[in-house]
Amino acid sequence: MSSARDNILQRLRGNRVDLEQPEQNIPPLEAWSAEQRITRFTENQEAVHGEVHTLPADQWIDWLAKELPKRGLHQVLTGTGDTGNQLGASNIESCVFHQYDQPIESWKPELFSQIDVAITGSRCGIAETGTLVLMPDRDEPRLMSLVPPVHIALLDATKLYQSFAEVIEEERWADGLPTNTLLISGPSKTADIEQTLAYGIHGPKQLITLLLV
Amino acid sequence: MNQYQAFYQRIDKALQNDQLRRNFRSAMDGIRERRLAQFPDDRELQTLRFQAKGIRNRSLSRQAELLERLETKLTENGIQVHWAETPLQANARIHEILEAEQATSVVKGKSMVSEETDLNHYLEQRGIEVIESDLGEYILQMAQEPPSHIIVPAIHKNRFEVAELFQKFHPEQPYTDDVDELTGCARQVLRKKFAYADAGISGVNFAVAETGTLCLVENEGNGRLSTTAPRIHIAITGIEKVVEKLSDVPPLLEILTKSATGQPITTYFNMISRPRQPGEKDGPEQVHLVLLDNGRSRIRNDDELLDTLRCIRCGSCMNHCPVYVHVGGHAYGTTYPGPIGILLEPQRLGIDKVGSLTSACTLCGACGEVCPVRIPLPKLINRLRAEAVEATPGDNGVPGTGALRSRSEALIWKLWKQIYTRSRIYSAFKYLATRLRHIKPPISNGWTRYRPIPTPSSKPLSELARQQGYDDE
Repeated sequence: MSSARDNILQRLRGNRVDLEQPEQNIPPLEAWSAEQRITRFTENQEAVHGEVHTLPADQWIDWLAKELPKRGLHQVLTGTGDTGNQLGASNIESCVFHQYDQPIESWKPELFSQIDVAITGSRCGIAETGTLVLMPDRDEPRLMSLVPPVHIALLDATKLYQSFAEVIEEERWADGLPTNTLLISGPSKTADIEQTLAYGIHGPKQLITLLLV
Repeated sequence: MNQYQAFYQRIDKALQNDQLRRNFRSAMDGIRERRLAQFPDDRELQTLRFQAKGIRNRSLSRQAELLERLETKLTENGIQVHWAETPLQANARIHEILEAEQATSVVKGKSMVSEETDLNHYLEQRGIEVIESDLGEYILQMAQEPPSHIIVPAIHKNRFEVAELFQKFHPEQPYTDDVDELTGCARQVLRKKFAYADAGISGVNFAVAETGTLCLVENEGNGRLSTTAPRIHIAITGIEKVVEKLSDVPPLLEILTKSATGQPITTYFNMISRPRQPGEKDGPEQVHLVLLDNGRSRIRNDDELLDTLRCIRCGSCMNHCPVYVHVGGHAYGTTYPGPIGILLEPQRLGIDKVGSLTSACTLCGACGEVCPVRIPLPKLINRLRAEAVEATPGDNGVPGTGALRSRSEALIWKLWKQIYTRSRIYSAFKYLATRLRHIKPPISNGWTRYRPIPTPSSKPLSELARQQGYDDE
């Protein structure tokens, strides 16, 4: 295909264009306080059908121990990092913990049909749009936040940024990105039939953020 | 049948379908209201539009350089880059990749560029199973229809029509016309496909040269599944989708989702920079990007028309088009319908093939006003109309320039010019037109097919104006 490449690039170079670039300096948003960021994140996540619970940082396992059985979520997928290890050691009644410790090829059908909920951490959050930022890795693979019908994500409230642009800048994303970076705002949804919203078409039907303060 | 007749026949058919018109009308009304609610402050909106235009113009001005940088970065990251000048080249390349890996089943995320190349048929003819996984696209695949809108592809179908399709193709599922239950049914059916498909094919919304990152915008999660669950991921996109920096992405993403569906952000914004790395437990082992030209580089020949390439495919122009809202996407008969289709398709496919599309515009200006990257759509559509009847086509212009020139039309305009530019002849014409105003030609086509021919006034406009107290100028 190198000839296609050369032909295309040659045509592009042959038609050098210099278009006006009216980029304006957008005045930065008024900076929000930590409380404002928490409020905005929560409001915006709830507006897209997400659930947010603000908890003291040491109480998330207690919350899960109470809520998972109540919600009938028994088959629990965890990662192999800190979060997963703590959960595995927690002995929550009526829950069976499955660690994502094998490549997907060896257990795809089970993942797609037998897991009730996956619990992951998150990299940071965006208050302006109510967004969770995930960078899946070896310990918390990509399909965890996608395939099970419920996704519960832990988010450190001190890692709430105001805007997406701020995240890119502060986290120095321009230096390079990992395999996959995800912005998640609410549960999976569609409006493809009569513009009527329906949740959980392919990804989780419920997205629950445990915002740790 | 010439292209006008074929086009008008499709329009007639659409206009006679009350159900179709109701479906479009209610969907478009809702989508416009939601968009408007996202832009409460007009000054902010205008600032954002200028910013988005600037970013896209910068990308286009340095397109060759950015594509090379994108290729270098992606290659460093382990993503394989392929170039295609024509749809056939793109399809053949994708087939080769699949064949080399003995991949026989494909799940697809939504991609308008793959509609452009008719990829599904190409692969199916070669024995590969292709499943569209976006709910709207899946519905259309069952119905064997093309999308009628670039963002909400099955907008022309109501839930009863969808329910019938599910009943026909999935008789094992109980009949339902409830939207939630239909969605649940699609989830069941498509999960099985995701669990065993060999390859996933997706489009790309932005390709970032700086970091070698492919960005996908979606709500359903099928795009993420298609690009994560199978062992091969192939992305296909037009060469104009490259942007320079990661910091270019947030403003474009914001104005894209707000303009397209009235959402501040979509559920998922999926940024892919590498195939599966050692030790990672999921994600494709291979990631490919196919860059398609298909006429795009040629569009740059024209200083005015190259604004077309700024488009970020939000669909806002069609949502606001009075013609599109009445006739729907299929009437256009091209991959891209609505104002952007009227502008893009004749440049891509030639005026001799689809130049008649330019007649489906009232020049009301709505599309130009809502376009998030300020493409002057009405002005450019008008420009194409002029190209279509050009008397002396140059060789650097739009393909098929002058193809719609009609001798009789040209003669009438020539005659009119003779009358209008000579004051004595024009005075005589005015005298005759106002005196003989009741003698009207018995034409009954075009405008007059459903409407009476208006009778000229008994006094010319200049005289009426003078009576009202306006002076000569």
